[in-house]
Amino acid sequence: MRIVVDLALCQDHGQCVFSAPQVFSLDENGKLSFRDGATDTYISADLDESLRDDVEEAADACPLQAIEVEG
Amino acid sequence: MTPTQPAPAATGRCVVVGASMGGLRAAEAVRKAGFTGEIVVVGEEPHMPYNRPPLSKEALGGGLDPAALRFRIPRAAGDVTWRLGERVAATDLAARTVTLENGDVLAWTGLVVACGLRPRRLAVPGPPGGRHVIRTIEDVQRLRDALSPGARLAVVGAGFIGCEVAATARELGVEVDVIAPTAVPVERPLRRMLGAALQRRHEARGVRFHLGVAPVEFRGGDHVTSLLLGDGTELPADVVVEAVGCVPNVEWLDGNGLDLTDGVLCDDRLRVEGRADVVACGDIARFPNPLFGGVPRRVEHWSMVTETARRAGHTLGRALTGAEPDPAPFAPIPSFWSDQYGMRIQSFGVPDLGAEDVRVLDGDLDDEVAVGYHRDGRLMGVVLIGLRSHYMRYRALIAENAEHDRGGAPVPQDRVAERTVGGSRA
Ligand SMILES: Cc1cc2nc3c(=O)[nH]c(=O)nc-3n(C[C@H](O)[C@H](O)[C@H](O)COP(=O)(O)OP(=O)(O)OC[C@H]3O[C@@H](n4cnc5c(N)ncnc54)[C@H](O)[C@@H]3O)c2cc1C
Ligand code: SF4
Repeated sequence: MRIVVDLALCQDHGQCVFSAPQVFSLDENGKLSFRDGATDTYISADLDESLRDDVEEAADACPLQAIEVEG
Repeated sequence: MTPTQPAPAATGRCVVVGASMGGLRAAEAVRKAGFTGEIVVVGEEPHMPYNRPPLSKEALGGGLDPAALRFRIPRAAGDVTWRLGERVAATDLAARTVTLENGDVLAWTGLVVACGLRPRRLAVPGPPGGRHVIRTIEDVQRLRDALSPGARLAVVGAGFIGCEVAATARELGVEVDVIAPTAVPVERPLRRMLGAALQRRHEARGVRFHLGVAPVEFRGGDHVTSLLLGDGTELPADVVVEAVGCVPNVEWLDGNGLDLTDGVLCDDRLRVEGRADVVACGDIARFPNPLFGGVPRRVEHWSMVTETARRAGHTLGRALTGAEPDPAPFAPIPSFWSDQYGMRIQSFGVPDLGAEDVRVLDGDLDDEVAVGYHRDGRLMGVVLIGLRSHYMRYRALIAENAEHDRGGAPVPQDRVAERTVGGSRA
């Protein structure tokens, strides 16, 4: 399982961080930390299956629906 | 269509009334809880579930691509039957049926109430032409067409949606007047201090406020050309947006002896008045939250829709498969945002409960700011304008305070004090 985040859509609401803090975080400026080094899309490495519930919750909780869970 | 004998536990039919975010998330959760029977979602709108917050913001401002608002359908909801463009007219909870407006009767073993709200309309005499509300894709398309540059818009109501419409319309180059009976915009839940700060921001961008008054008459032929206010002022306007709150869509539940005074009363598992086979979620659900005093309340926050729907769907799915519900009471941390002129307003907790003791916790009211709402010294809610890097900290603080109130470990007083007395901002 991996996540794909559309950083052009994302408005740094941080809701994903409340749902899956192991995967998402905001930097000191309140921006989604994946923005560092990524361009328009962030694609994660393979995530452990134990994170699935939290990651799916984060995808549901994103106000811009910018997170996609694949696999 | 009607089962001739009681359905076995894991089959039967779950009917979800309302095909919006709450209905979708609840259907998904019922399936995830192990229910293998049929799930039918009935929705009055002709669309698949879509996201409403952009309606008063990007969609109104930048034209509208309804397809871009649609929610992805998760795998767990992949085999749901959608009956769109159909309205449920009635339900008989004793017989376990719903009757659609077209006369179809659907039997159910489980029912999800996810039918949300509709805008309240003003009971003010005058022509109907030019009067708008904003809840659906069609509403926004109509309003957007009316807001050509040079139009004069009167927004009645200064809650979040009214303020967002005012902000978006200013950005479209429209003249905007806001009329509200309160002393400041968003008086509830922000209260005077922050409401006045928000008003200054709108005024700096050319919005004119008429506060402490209400419209008493719309004037014009077929179409509004002006509004008469209670203080005798006549305001020219060719477009009116009525943003004066919402009414729960409860009529189809009438006749079942339910408490429908303000939405649908639920218990702390989102069961409707203790029935294991009927749950509610989203804007329509009135539920107790032990973290905030336990009085049942409706919450019209986007994030609460998913939280209530997941829990309600889980409760129902477990009941339908003969399992016990999750014993922990539902105890979410409310969270709400609003975007106006590119600034983000973010709230955590229940500011309204701390209206007696409002303090600036951080920053400056005319810049980025965090405002705390306290009751008996406890932080009940916090509202931030900007200060995005502080979200995690304030949300955690609200959660800590809430746990404390519920009888959890006490919050060390120095931690509260450190954050509630002034505070520096880097
Ligand atoms: C313009 C706007 C902007 C918003 N902005 C924000 C924001 O910035 N931040 C935030 O936190 N929240 C915001 N919200 C609130 C958020 O969008 C709502 O909380 C959410 O949409 C509620 O979802 P729901 O599924 O409970 O109800 P709804 O979305 O109202 O869905 C209920 C559905 O049920 C259908 N229905 C009703 N009765 C029947 C019936 N008898 N038979 C069949 N179908 C029926 C309705 O047609 C509707 O499609 C906004 C809301 C609006 C309208
Ligand atoms: S919840 Fe969505 S919008 Fe918010 S930070 Fe996460 S990905 Fe971005």
